[in-house]
Amino acid sequence: MRLDEIREIARIEADREDGYRHRINVCVAAGCLSCQSASVKDAFEKEIAKRGLENWCRVKGVGCLGLCSGGPLVAIEPAGILYHTVSVSDVSDVLEALDDGPLDRLVCSGETPFFKRQKKIVLENCGRIDPERLEDYIAAGGYQALHTALTLMTPEEITREIEKSGLRGRGGAGFPTGLKWSTVAKADNETKFVICNADEGDPGAFMDRSVLESDPHRVLEGMALAARAVGANHGFIYVRAEYPLAVKRLKKAIAQAEHAGFLGNNIFHTPFRFDINVRLGAGAFVCGEETALIASIEGQLGRPRPRPPYPAEAGLWGYPTLINNVETLANIVPIIREGSQWFAGIGTEKSKGTKVFALAGRVNNTGLIEVPMGTSLREIVFEIGGGIKEGKQFKAAQTGGPSGGCIPEHSLDLPMDYESLAQVGSIMGSGGMIVMDETSCMVDVARYFMEFCRSESCGKCVPCRVGTTQIHELLGKITNGTGTAGDLTKLEELCDLVKHTSLCGLGQTAPNPVMSTLRHFREEYRAHIEDRFCPAGVCRMGRGKEGE
Amino acid sequence: MGKIRMATSWLDGCSGCHMSLLDMDEQLIDIVGKVDIVYGPLVDAKVIPEGIDVVLVEGAVSTDADVEKLRLLRERSAILVSLGDCAVTANVPGMRNRFPLAEVLKRGYEENAPLNAQIPREDLPHLLDKARPLHEFVPVDVFLPGCPPPADAIVYMLQELLAGRIPDLSNKSRFGA
Amino acid sequence: MTIPAYPTFPRGDSELGKPVGILTLKIDDRDVSARRGETILEVARENDIFIPTLCYLEGLSSLGACRLCLVEIKGVTKLLPACVTPVRQDMEVVTDSERLRRYRRMILELIFSERNHVCSVCVSNGHCELQTLAQKLGMTHVRFDYLYPRLAIDASHERFSIDHNRCVLCMRCVRVCDEIEGAHTWDIMHRGISARVITDLNQPWGESETCTGCSKCVQVCPTGALSEKGKSVAEMVKHKEFLPYLQIMRRNER
Repeated sequence: MRLDEIREIARIEADREDGYRHRINVCVAAGCLSCQSASVKDAFEKEIAKRGLENWCRVKGVGCLGLCSGGPLVAIEPAGILYHTVSVSDVSDVLEALDDGPLDRLVCSGETPFFKRQKKIVLENCGRIDPERLEDYIAAGGYQALHTALTLMTPEEITREIEKSGLRGRGGAGFPTGLKWSTVAKADNETKFVICNADEGDPGAFMDRSVLESDPHRVLEGMALAARAVGANHGFIYVRAEYPLAVKRLKKAIAQAEHAGFLGNNIFHTPFRFDINVRLGAGAFVCGEETALIASIEGQLGRPRPRPPYPAEAGLWGYPTLINNVETLANIVPIIREGSQWFAGIGTEKSKGTKVFALAGRVNNTGLIEVPMGTSLREIVFEIGGGIKEGKQFKAAQTGGPSGGCIPEHSLDLPMDYESLAQVGSIMGSGGMIVMDETSCMVDVARYFMEFCRSESCGKCVPCRVGTTQIHELLGKITNGTGTAGDLTKLEELCDLVKHTSLCGLGQTAPNPVMSTLRHFREEYRAHIEDRFCPAGVCRMGRGKEGE
Repeated sequence: MGKIRMATSWLDGCSGCHMSLLDMDEQLIDIVGKVDIVYGPLVDAKVIPEGIDVVLVEGAVSTDADVEKLRLLRERSAILVSLGDCAVTANVPGMRNRFPLAEVLKRGYEENAPLNAQIPREDLPHLLDKARPLHEFVPVDVFLPGCPPPADAIVYMLQELLAGRIPDLSNKSRFGA
Repeated sequence: MTIPAYPTFPRGDSELGKPVGILTLKIDDRDVSARRGETILEVARENDIFIPTLCYLEGLSSLGACRLCLVEIKGVTKLLPACVTPVRQDMEVVTDSERLRRYRRMILELIFSERNHVCSVCVSNGHCELQTLAQKLGMTHVRFDYLYPRLAIDASHERFSIDHNRCVLCMRCVRVCDEIEGAHTWDIMHRGISARVITDLNQPWGESETCTGCSKCVQVCPTGALSEKGKSVAEMVKHKEFLPYLQIMRRNER
């Protein structure tokens, strides 16, 4: 395919869209699908056919519209109206109201901070395009960045753009993406691989899932750009089997891209060739760790191995391998398209761009949000999130999932960037954010996350395998009222051990929820131990070991 | 200097550690000259006295009576020595721990009893769910592992204690020795 | 009269001009030399510097799993496993510090607390690497609650048995069976605290169709988990000498 062909497709699509007076976008990402948005979409189609409105209105399934707590969501374009909790029985009312202005009982004001405070880069196409149509992606400017990069830029220039943009890995650790790329690019080998890590496993996190389900081509294009930059010809997407919709849409997108010549040999009539294969994860959290993920793709036991050597030197089957997370790769296209200067102008000094968070827990608006790096926790919770449910008191926000930590109330003004989060003992992680109010017991929260780590530990190294189990046991004792003062010391010693001696990131970060709650909520631990009392009223005390 | 008031006690164990204690040959004479044994299986004392300087405890904690006795000993002693593997690790008494208590009792008193099979319920200490090492119940000052700890290690430990030092026993004995 | 020629050697041209593969570094403030590509552990052992290991066994691939061989390296914030970390020029390694001793003791405590290790009744009592390490590293008791899992013994094999109560999941059996014997009878199933070694697809060992009965797994097992039948307490003495021997023989073959 040539550039003029792409532009022609984009033009035809735009004309076709403009031909409709009303465009009805129904969210068909996993959240809304789970509250029957598919049947709402069907109902719209049937009703439109019944009324003979096909030439005036068109219905389209689109990716995530963001406000998951209000699903199923329906957006009306070009009026710019968003309806929440639309059921099949509302369909005819919505259609009635198309010409006369919004239907008040279902309308969501687009003027609320939930929408206005967000800045969409990664999610720019989410909720706008039909994820299953390549033409939609092209109409949104898709694959033009790849064309530019292949025809006008050298691989070094692509890497330099990414370096200059200041983009850092969105998978958790925040390693500079450009540096990673240049390392792989410098590795001296004919065969190299690009892997997209889509094994999103943090409880409550669904950022990558939404991107894959709402805009799969963006990830493919990002991978192709990465492959060009580092000199790879083969790509793998490692996606967890628990995301069947993402898998289906990815596979469809790959087939479309291959058919259109965006993947395969001689892409854009250049010598560059690149193919992508999908590999399914079988449900092990540890396979999100890059060396375990590589072992899993190789068909081996999904267990990490010591680094160095890093995958950049010796990765998949021993070849230099670039491994980036979904959200990182989703940032590549806009950076190439808009330039590194533009991207570097967003965010903070050391953390550039935006971050997608899966906002969950005790806030009024839960869902997927994208905000510039450096946005304060207060803004996220109280403006975008609309404050705490039922007017209760904010207690803590947990970021980074089981590897992260709890941020207390006095750090509400903390800017969300890599360094600030690390300072309070948490991490950015992949972007899970769970907001807790006074009804949450922090010891119980720590116990929950430790239970997760314990059952997800691969069992290879001793500190993680047994250490997480022992920490979980101790937290169990404390939450059932049989903890002793000595247990607190043991807890701290074990956390220190597991953090510093575990083989991989899972173990090294597993103590974070315990250590951060010990740091910020020590008095709650004390109350459980000394007074046999759970201040939040969550833990059922007095169930000792004996007689259990 | 007056004699050191020493006690010994035997919880859920085989008495092997006490045997090893007596196994120190002529060095026993030297030790006995320096200590008064005020309580334990080696002497005739019905109650645990106050003001014990050193108590050597053999065996794991398996019953409510063991817990009570251990707590009393701890209260009344300056230094408590966890003597031997049963006291330190629960060792052989702890081998029942991987089975539920009811299963253990059934196996011991019903399935393996040739006649009059019944689980004793009265006038006997109540078995704990699991046999556990001493330090899970009370603070322990000195650990001397071994099954039994060699007599030489016990001698060394006592000499150090008599000299007023808490001994480093890490290379004097080992688990199972 | 002929002048006797001095013995001469042809110039070794293949290596000429290449950097010599020898480097120097410091281990515990001692200057030592090493070949490029050697690990810290190998160099330390050549120089009689003790670093505790449990999963490592010379002749097998290295795992870095037991974490007992972690060492401190100047300028590196993380502790690194000596068994898989290659030496570098001017590296400064610390193999013994208060912090390392504390971590190593705790790791041993964790291993002892994980399963039902009862040394006094074990076939390997007195010949067990775990027991020896506990003594050597000064671990006199376990501060963490024992987990007391209910684990099985598989005595279905004609000559050997496996007692999972004594297994430390070092994977030596898995590796020796795969890498040396070439049978790959052993593997791991489940994960985390539930992980355990299995024969074939978790069939009884005696019914394994791949096991050749070579006993290599038994000989390399550091504890009494794998043992020969008919051995009573303290009677099981393992012979690992075959591994270095096999290595030498294989090198000579080439």
